[in-house]
Amino acid sequence: MKLKRFEEIIGFTILGFSAIIVILILGTIIVNIISYGSNAISWEFISDFPKDGMTKGGILPTIMGTIFVTIITTLFSIPIGVSAAIYLSEYAKEGMLTRIIRAAIRNLAGVPSIVYGLFGVAIFVQGLGFGSSVLSSGLTLGLLTLPWIIATSEEALKTVPHSYREGSLALGATKWQSIRSNVLPYALPGILTGSILGLSRAAGETAPILFTGVVFFVPGLPDSVFDQFMAMPYHLYILSTQHHAIEQVRSLAYGTALVLITLILIMNFTAIFIRFKLRKKFQM
Amino acid sequence: MNNIIIKDLSLAYGEKQVLKRINQEIEEKKITAIIGPSGCGKSSLLRCINRMNELIPDAKIMGQIIFDKIDIYDSNTDVTEVRQKIGMVFQRPNPFPKSIYENVAYGLRINGLKDKNKISETVERSLDDCGLLKEVKDRLHTSATELSGGQQQRLCIARALAIEPKVILMDEPCSALDPASTFKIEELMVKLKTRYTVIIVTHNMQQAARVSDTTGFLYLGELIEFGNTKKLFTKPKEKLTEDYISGNFG
Repeated sequence: MKLKRFEEIIGFTILGFSAIIVILILGTIIVNIISYGSNAISWEFISDFPKDGMTKGGILPTIMGTIFVTIITTLFSIPIGVSAAIYLSEYAKEGMLTRIIRAAIRNLAGVPSIVYGLFGVAIFVQGLGFGSSVLSSGLTLGLLTLPWIIATSEEALKTVPHSYREGSLALGATKWQSIRSNVLPYALPGILTGSILGLSRAAGETAPILFTGVVFFVPGLPDSVFDQFMAMPYHLYILSTQHHAIEQVRSLAYGTALVLITLILIMNFTAIFIRFKLRKKFQM
Repeated sequence: MNNIIIKDLSLAYGEKQVLKRINQEIEEKKITAIIGPSGCGKSSLLRCINRMNELIPDAKIMGQIIFDKIDIYDSNTDVTEVRQKIGMVFQRPNPFPKSIYENVAYGLRINGLKDKNKISETVERSLDDCGLLKEVKDRLHTSATELSGGQQQRLCIARALAIEPKVILMDEPCSALDPASTFKIEELMVKLKTRYTVIIVTHNMQQAARVSDTTGFLYLGELIEFGNTKKLFTKPKEKLTEDYISGNFG
């Protein structure tokens, strides 16, 4: 009896400790970035262009660049990803083909991001002639996000009770009508949450945009999707490793990190908020 | 006459034969009950009549079901039209997580009705037919999932009635309900048969005896006996039927 109790305490402690470690890691990162970066934050920092070889001024073009690229990524990956998920979950018959598709998606998720970068160069920059641009980078990040969006959307579709589909079909609805009005709305919170989390991951990536459109410095914001751009993750990389006066720009680097992580946290909280809102609405 | 004529109907799920060459005519505007022990194929038979079995990936269906002068399994037959004419109520009430009003309006909308007044009228009439209107009149736009089980099931019947089917299939519609709700549904069935053909699958023999005009006894995928309910329950022709209704097995 004593031994059992002892084992229980040991087990509980190990599990609890593991959970706390996770929180500690996140906490340390955030505290570290805030403590070093908060000095750099000012209105000028987020609304102005870099000056004097990046040693002064703000990071506006990098913020806008990251936002533009993420918009392209969203427009590309959500429609394709969600459609593919609907096909796999609702239409595809289990068989050789769907097994191959699923295996492909899983493997796609495991491809290193630098490889996506190289692929983006081959396909978008050169193959399709989009050049080094917002478009090429956005599409490359889209490819990276696709497997994630497909997987989470399919998961969300699977949680919609079978009886909704049956009830609707029994009323003479076509399959597509049933999906559109009786399956998709209820899977939407899960699809959106998964998609936003996938996109926030993509927004922080450096490798895929490295070869496909991001640059160290351009005067002015991109005018079209075919322009090169600046982006926060790359800016951070330059400031912390490639700059001629690394010590001098350290606080700017931390400031950039702080803005980037804030943007990503905002996206994640939006995802949580949407899920909360929609779940309430559909439970009505 | 608008009877349902089942001709040589066989059904298999993969290797498993579920229904074996069923031949039967089901009369219109009557309540027909299908009884039999669990796993005898009674729900499967019911789901053949509106082609819901097709949703099961490895279901193989052979034979014909003639309704309204067409074979519903003919390759030229539109399955959505079949299901509009032959409605279904499921074992567990399955209202959509929409408002009460939207649940009933759903079938009208997917069938292309846009006129708002007409939708409203039909929704109210269908709810009224199911005796639900006076219970929910002032909360038509609240969620259907807040209704009681029995009310939900009547809502599902109203939803099926709204698109004006000719046949209503009910798959053990009371098995998840309490006795009072069961009574209301049974009353409703009797009322419905003046306008609709009702086919009900039930494991509850008293229910079959109470409400149905005709009863079919299904055993291991074969229709053993089919006929007038009173006769079947008092003077069954087959030994198997007698054993089943007297509770010797099942």
